Amino acid sequence: MSQATLTPGETSPVPAPAAPSTARRGPAGALLRLFTSRREATIFIVAVAIIIYFAARTSAFYSYANIVTIVQYMAPIGVIGVGEVFLLTLGEIDLSAGQIFLISPWIVVWLQQAGLPIGWAITVSLLCCVVIGAINGLITVLLNVPSFVTTLGTYFSLLGLVLIVSNDAQADMPGTTGMFGQVFGISSWSEIGWALAIVVVLHVVLKRTRFGMHVTATGGNLLGAAEAGIPVRRIKVWSFMILAFGAGFIGLLDSIRIQSLDPASPGTTVMFSAVSAAVIGGTSLLGGRGTVIGATIGAIVLGVLEDGFNLIGVSANEFTLVTGLVILVAMAINVQLSRVGARSR
Amino acid sequence: MTAPGVDAGVPVLRTEGITKRFGAVVALRGVDIALARGEVLGLVGDNGAGKSTFVKIVCGFQRPDSGRILVDGNEVHLHSVKDARAHGIEAVYQDLALVPQLSVYQNLFLNREVTTLGRLGWLSTRKMRAEAKAYLDDIKVSIPNIEAEAETLSGGQRQAIAVARATRQNAKILLLDEPLAAMGAKESALIIDLVKDLSSNRGVSILVIDHNYAHLFELCDRVNVFQQGRVTFDRRVEETSLEELTELMVSEYRRQVMAGHVELGDAGTA
Repeated sequence: MSQATLTPGETSPVPAPAAPSTARRGPAGALLRLFTSRREATIFIVAVAIIIYFAARTSAFYSYANIVTIVQYMAPIGVIGVGEVFLLTLGEIDLSAGQIFLISPWIVVWLQQAGLPIGWAITVSLLCCVVIGAINGLITVLLNVPSFVTTLGTYFSLLGLVLIVSNDAQADMPGTTGMFGQVFGISSWSEIGWALAIVVVLHVVLKRTRFGMHVTATGGNLLGAAEAGIPVRRIKVWSFMILAFGAGFIGLLDSIRIQSLDPASPGTTVMFSAVSAAVIGGTSLLGGRGTVIGATIGAIVLGVLEDGFNLIGVSANEFTLVTGLVILVAMAINVQLSRVGARSR
Repeated sequence: MTAPGVDAGVPVLRTEGITKRFGAVVALRGVDIALARGEVLGLVGDNGAGKSTFVKIVCGFQRPDSGRILVDGNEVHLHSVKDARAHGIEAVYQDLALVPQLSVYQNLFLNREVTTLGRLGWLSTRKMRAEAKAYLDDIKVSIPNIEAEAETLSGGQRQAIAVARATRQNAKILLLDEPLAAMGAKESALIIDLVKDLSSNRGVSILVIDHNYAHLFELCDRVNVFQQGRVTFDRRVEETSLEELTELMVSEYRRQVMAGHVELGDAGTA
């Protein structure tokens, strides 16, 4: 409550500004609103520009084989990225998602070795991933641990678990044969097909359902959402579970495609790429604003950059440096744009 | 500004002998108020006089040590904000209520969304938009674009939306905390019109807390002055004046200074 004033009749000297209407009208405006917002548009233009650049530099870029390479690279980043969009929109983050992506095929291997049929092994593995997500969420909301810390803990725990149980030895991924293998990873377009399906579902969930609206509400105004009776903790735990499921599922597909597992590979690269995809796509780290479409385009940008630099002969070491700089520039532009946007409103 | 006959019948909200103590500090020493249907009652008093504590008790945020709260003549026990809301009592805070990133109509329907497809919770966007527009027209709140995000609205518009959400969800007793603070003339007019429309045309009863007497005279039918945990002055606005209220508060302040309760240096915060 503000201070008492003993001067009756005094009115506030601060007039509230009139709010201009920001609506874009007409069919073109409706179309624009439907497909994109300002921030998604930015990353979309960046994506088109770099695709044109690499296509002009080398014809190898738009060969069939190369396009397959790109989509296979971006599928895990896209799926984990859109999952992170839910958490970032809530003002949370999951650093363990990359390790969930890596442990899910290992769980299948261990269960198979224990004598479970492949179908059951995969089902139980996905359940385990969802439980890991639930643990992340429950520790975060019940013990009030920042999710950054919670998931850092689960990240190291899962990494250690894989190293211990696998005895530091590589393994072959089961389930790669027959129709099953084709549908779940072997066929060139299977991984990206599943990834796109997940992206579409999560986009619809975020923008068109009550749950998605409550995710935005919780991240945008935690206290206000809770006051309105939204179960903010449950919303957060569910979001951790959705991301964990997506990460585990796409991890299975990726391993079936590659057909072998390396216990030493850390999940940080794919996780950081996914968070980068979400953020350069226009999702705010402060919560309240998330775009699944933006994160998907962000994943395309990262995939095209990695592949394009490879093709034009930039070494892997230089590529890593350039990627870092590109992410910095893209994020800086996005933050500036949103500031300008907020001021012009 | 008062609907005819509001003084008749049982008060919508009545409190009897509400007391509250925080350790050695006695915040409320027996507060009695009566709020009629469709009445706007202003609560005024120095900081520490007890009006904030009283309002927190009425909206279920705190429990009284003793005393009774009656809604429509029936005693109620408000253990939580949810309890209070179930009895139609709701506090509206301008900056707390809305989600800045959601649109006007989404905020109006927050957690009361119209959905289809059962547990999938598919949002019936078109229906919510139409209902939101109809409701806002009904209570004469003009918002140019109900698709606009709440953060693009002015403070007055945000407050109006927050009030509209509460009344749409059948709140019959609203608590407004400094509803005209930091608002220009145009914004103030929006809220004053809304408060008058809701009270006289829809029978909503409203408690307004404000330090600014001019605001109270514009909004209220009646004012109650809180002093040292009690209501010491109860008048209809047409029976009192800015001068009388000011004199009352200043003389009370002087009396406290004389009695050594307040240091002169506290003037800034008193």
